[in-house]
Amino acid sequence: MCGIIGLLIKEPVLRPRLGELMVPMLIGMSERGPDSSGLAVFTHSTAPTQRKINLYCAEPGFGWRHLEGALLEFTGDATFVTEVNHSIVTTSFEPARVREWLARGWPTVRVLSVGRTIDLYKDVGLPAEVAERYGFSRFSGTHIVGHTRMATESAVSPENAHPYTAGEDWCLVHNGSLANPGSLRRKLEKLSERFESDCDTEAACRYLHWRLSSGDTLERALARAFEDFDGFFTFIMGTGDKLALVRDPFACKPAVVAETDAYVAIASEFRSLAHLPGVRDARVFEPKPAQVYSWSVH
Amino acid sequence: MRFDLRSKSVRELNQFLHGPLTGVEEVIVENPDGAHNLAVGLDAPVHIEIAGHAGYYAAGMNQQASVTVRGNAGPGVAENLMSGRVEVCGFASGGAGASAHGGLLVIRGDAGLRCGISLKGADIVVGGDVGSFSAFMAQAGRMVVCGDAGEGLGDSLYEAVIYVRGRVRSLGADARIEPMTDADHQAVRELLEAAGLTHASQEFKRVASARTLYHWNADANQTY
Repeated sequence: MCGIIGLLIKEPVLRPRLGELMVPMLIGMSERGPDSSGLAVFTHSTAPTQRKINLYCAEPGFGWRHLEGALLEFTGDATFVTEVNHSIVTTSFEPARVREWLARGWPTVRVLSVGRTIDLYKDVGLPAEVAERYGFSRFSGTHIVGHTRMATESAVSPENAHPYTAGEDWCLVHNGSLANPGSLRRKLEKLSERFESDCDTEAACRYLHWRLSSGDTLERALARAFEDFDGFFTFIMGTGDKLALVRDPFACKPAVVAETDAYVAIASEFRSLAHLPGVRDARVFEPKPAQVYSWSVH
Repeated sequence: MRFDLRSKSVRELNQFLHGPLTGVEEVIVENPDGAHNLAVGLDAPVHIEIAGHAGYYAAGMNQQASVTVRGNAGPGVAENLMSGRVEVCGFASGGAGASAHGGLLVIRGDAGLRCGISLKGADIVVGGDVGSFSAFMAQAGRMVVCGDAGEGLGDSLYEAVIYVRGRVRSLGADARIEPMTDADHQAVRELLEAAGLTHASQEFKRVASARTLYHWNADANQTY
């Protein structure tokens, strides 16, 4: 069991309140996922030549200043927003080369996400603790994808927490379980997708990223996934300008959507949506099996 | 009387409903906000109105009481219903009326996966569609579906009977469509009337067990 949430703000005046509206959604899913949680937040975009690289290091008291100095020297152009064990690096340097540089000299530092709009946080602990640790309630932006984890098939660790990312400005969270992540992984590794954990969800995330970067639309990629994924899933996915949702063909795992003129909110259960403004008059529905739902930022 | 879940807990609500309800005819549960286990295990002729959306297992194991959910219900609504009546005004998620022994469950909207799984004698009326594997291994009771049914309807049915008005995506193993008898038309009319629905019984088809799985057949090579 896990809890998943998604929120896309349609009404621009509400965007500064994204974090405040989202935190109760995440905390509402604590019973479904008490061991770790995570959040992808899509904020303002960087300049087209720049990328945000979100970094994480589990070491307490890690010397971020030292890393920042070395990375600035390596790239010649980088700014940092560092809090607790997380840092957002904004740079026009090539992200793949930053990744290689980190792997060589800073093996305890992991890249959580790369993109123009995505920031990503994930860590072990109760959702309320993780939200407090990183100040989720202060976040503003257009949309979020969040997850609370109750581990079933791999260890409780920051790497195995969701959301998962691949490529740029793409993330996925999962409620369910896949029975064939190993065969998906072997297939994808041959196609040069690099894995960073042993969680079944990473296989789904990288599979869909592979299809999207091969030119499939999200609908087409998911239609193929229905054939290739053996298991149960409700996925919420985020891109730079979209929030998307799909349930497996038997709709084994729950999801509820509440939509108003101001926002669209998704959660595993309604109790994570009950606090939202105007939810009593929202269009509330249970998504159909194997149907792809997506909403865009305007 | 009114019971506000913003100021009282679900446990307090259920303990109150399990106590001597002398003189209480109706309890309105305000601000349910998707909480789990609302009004479970009741055994008194009282009316409960849940004024909003319910979470998992609302009105489970109910006896005698009538419970109305004014919104949607999460998974497992009215599971193991014994008697009385449970009505969901919106949609119900998976496993609605699972293993229900008696009484009536009415869902005005759609019901999700496995509605009426292992039904043991209750009646279920669904105003909309039902999800896949509904009435799986249903042993006794009746299920009326006014919309469409998903995959594998009535798989491994025993003696429960399903009436479907819309399209059946696929029938499960050993389930088959049978002609409607006068008794079937009468049953559908009664159940629709009890649910406050007005479709004509002629629009429904009967799905029941072909009973080929009742006895082990070693020659079938598991090809059911």
